[in-house]
Amino acid sequence: MSAFLALLKRDLMLSVRQGGALGTALGFYMLVVTLLPLGLGQDLNLLSRIAPGILWIALLLAALLSLGRVFSSDHEDGTLDVLATGRMPLEMVVGAKALAHWISTGIPLALTAPVLGLMLNLDIAVYPLLMATMLVGTPAVSFIGAVGAALTLRSYRGGLLIALLVLPLYVPTLIFGMAAVNGLLGVSGTSAAMLILAALSLTSVVLCPFAAAAALRVQMQ
Amino acid sequence: MQLVAENLVLERGNRKVANDVSFTLEGGSGLVLTGPNGSGKSTLLRALAGYLRPASGSVRILDVSGSNGGTGESCEVGEVCHFVGHLDGIKSHLTAAENLTFWATYLSDKADSGHSVAHRVYDALEVFALDALADIPAGYMSAGQKRRLGLARLLVAHRPLWLLDEPTVSLDTGSADILVKAINRHLRDGGMAIVATHLPLAIEPARGISLVRKEAQA
Amino acid sequence: MQTLTQRLANPTRFMELSGSVLPWIAGAAAVVIAYGLYLAFYVAPPDYQQGETARIMYIHVPCAWLAMAVYAMVAMSAFGFLVFRHPLADVSAKTAVPLGAAFTFLALVTGSLWGRPTWGTYWVWDARLTSVLILFFLYLGLMALRSSIEDDSLASKLTAILALVGIVMLPIIKFSVDFGNTLHQPASVLRVGGPTIDTAMLTPLLVMALGFTLMFVAMHFKAMRNEILRRRVRALQLAQVEKAQASQLAAAE
Repeated sequence: MSAFLALLKRDLMLSVRQGGALGTALGFYMLVVTLLPLGLGQDLNLLSRIAPGILWIALLLAALLSLGRVFSSDHEDGTLDVLATGRMPLEMVVGAKALAHWISTGIPLALTAPVLGLMLNLDIAVYPLLMATMLVGTPAVSFIGAVGAALTLRSYRGGLLIALLVLPLYVPTLIFGMAAVNGLLGVSGTSAAMLILAALSLTSVVLCPFAAAAALRVQMQ
Repeated sequence: MQLVAENLVLERGNRKVANDVSFTLEGGSGLVLTGPNGSGKSTLLRALAGYLRPASGSVRILDVSGSNGGTGESCEVGEVCHFVGHLDGIKSHLTAAENLTFWATYLSDKADSGHSVAHRVYDALEVFALDALADIPAGYMSAGQKRRLGLARLLVAHRPLWLLDEPTVSLDTGSADILVKAINRHLRDGGMAIVATHLPLAIEPARGISLVRKEAQA
Repeated sequence: MQTLTQRLANPTRFMELSGSVLPWIAGAAAVVIAYGLYLAFYVAPPDYQQGETARIMYIHVPCAWLAMAVYAMVAMSAFGFLVFRHPLADVSAKTAVPLGAAFTFLALVTGSLWGRPTWGTYWVWDARLTSVLILFFLYLGLMALRSSIEDDSLASKLTAILALVGIVMLPIIKFSVDFGNTLHQPASVLRVGGPTIDTAMLTPLLVMALGFTLMFVAMHFKAMRNEILRRRVRALQLAQVEKAQASQLAAAE
């Protein structure tokens, strides 16, 4: 367990020291949200109606942007080889790194959503629910993304490929996240959608490390 | 403790790199791998560490001496080895001490519980003459200093088996001597070391295996 | 030369077997599809609501069926390759992916052509359409991943892992798309030929499904044979490079 915590702490420390990753993701997040009203026109009613969807999609894209480096920096400087020796299985290494990604990227993105919601004229009553769905859903984003990052570790089209592989797998997260938010906007089924979203996150936390670790093992040969 | 490799056949990209390699390494002895580029030294080390699954044959650690519980059972090599490859495994945004502290915590073993992490890190830095650089980010260091920092990892956590792939690259003679001394002390304490090298290193007691480049037979 | 022959031992048997079976399967596919088309165009009655356009169904439904069946086959091949390390399983997975993608694409195109006269638009975000579209993206992902990695054996293993991830995710994606759909709109307009299907229409449909499946098997066999030959050429070229290296080395010493 101390090895798991040590790795988690190191990854968080690195993301603070390097700084750039989170800043870039947040900047990208804001930029997507800024561009959309420019493209869609300034109809405030329309914007407030589609704001949760815009925010969720922008969040997925921004999280995706920072996923490419999850394993590649450790692979390039030989750290991954050393992480693989020792008693902690590679699955736990993946778990620690994906968790660090969630804490350092998923949570900040989810917490920024209300600020951007203001720009989109989103009803303030929706904010708590929107943030809750994002906090519950982003673990799935980080862990599913880790599989994509592991699979594309040695491909020469990293960033673009990871989007093609991972975005289709984000469909359930997006749909249930939106379903939960829409529930408050006046339809139904919020709690069901929220529970399924939580189940989705937990399942990815449990299963994705196995797929990602298998992909990493193959590439360390 | 004993390392047993039996009839190892290694393939890399459908090409045979090693054919039928067998050896036994007793605790307290070293093994020096020599051979030209492309003869499969790195591949053999990676297979021993468990990164590369051999096409056939096996590598096992046998716990015969009883120093580690003495159950006589075999275990995964990857769990009990230090691996130092061509890359240092150093994060340039962390200081020397932070890098080592992470590895000391991550790799620590039951055998290390006698000493605190800070103590182990300080000792390792001192042995490799890095104590003056403890609080300097590794990114500012020279290639040789980074290499020494990577090697200092060997001393912050106890592992019976050291697998070193060209450890003297970018080291000056003085630093290479420090490394050889560290290896020899590890062997005196009953450890094992397998070193792939181009330079003759004064590792005692050690046997040598010379690998030849496998020629394609028509 | 021992290792080379060893490596090819199993595919060799496959080459012999598939070589003798292939013409028969291809012939059977042609006959069955011809008969199916005859039934579809001349025997089957036009749909009482949709008229003649419903005949697209006889192409559309077999494509959609193969789109899913082929992905299941890719996943099974991937599993066989990862667990039993059988090189033929990788050949099967690799060659089935573009075929599956082609059938998925055809299912989408014929579906949208059928949709225009039926629903008045080429595309609706119906649950079924959406999940087939995502299936198409999964196929594209498999092809893109394989083509982006230089080392062939590495590419095979990684693609196999992705195929297995995909087969686990597919039911979840399907479920989520269905869930999202019931939220937005009531029971969909898309129903294949109405709730119950008449025997006069079912028979041609089944014949066409059989014909398309046979066609897929024939194409898959052919593609596998090509891939095996491609791998043989590569193995021979590699052996030649090694031989040249060895003689160069011998000359230098």
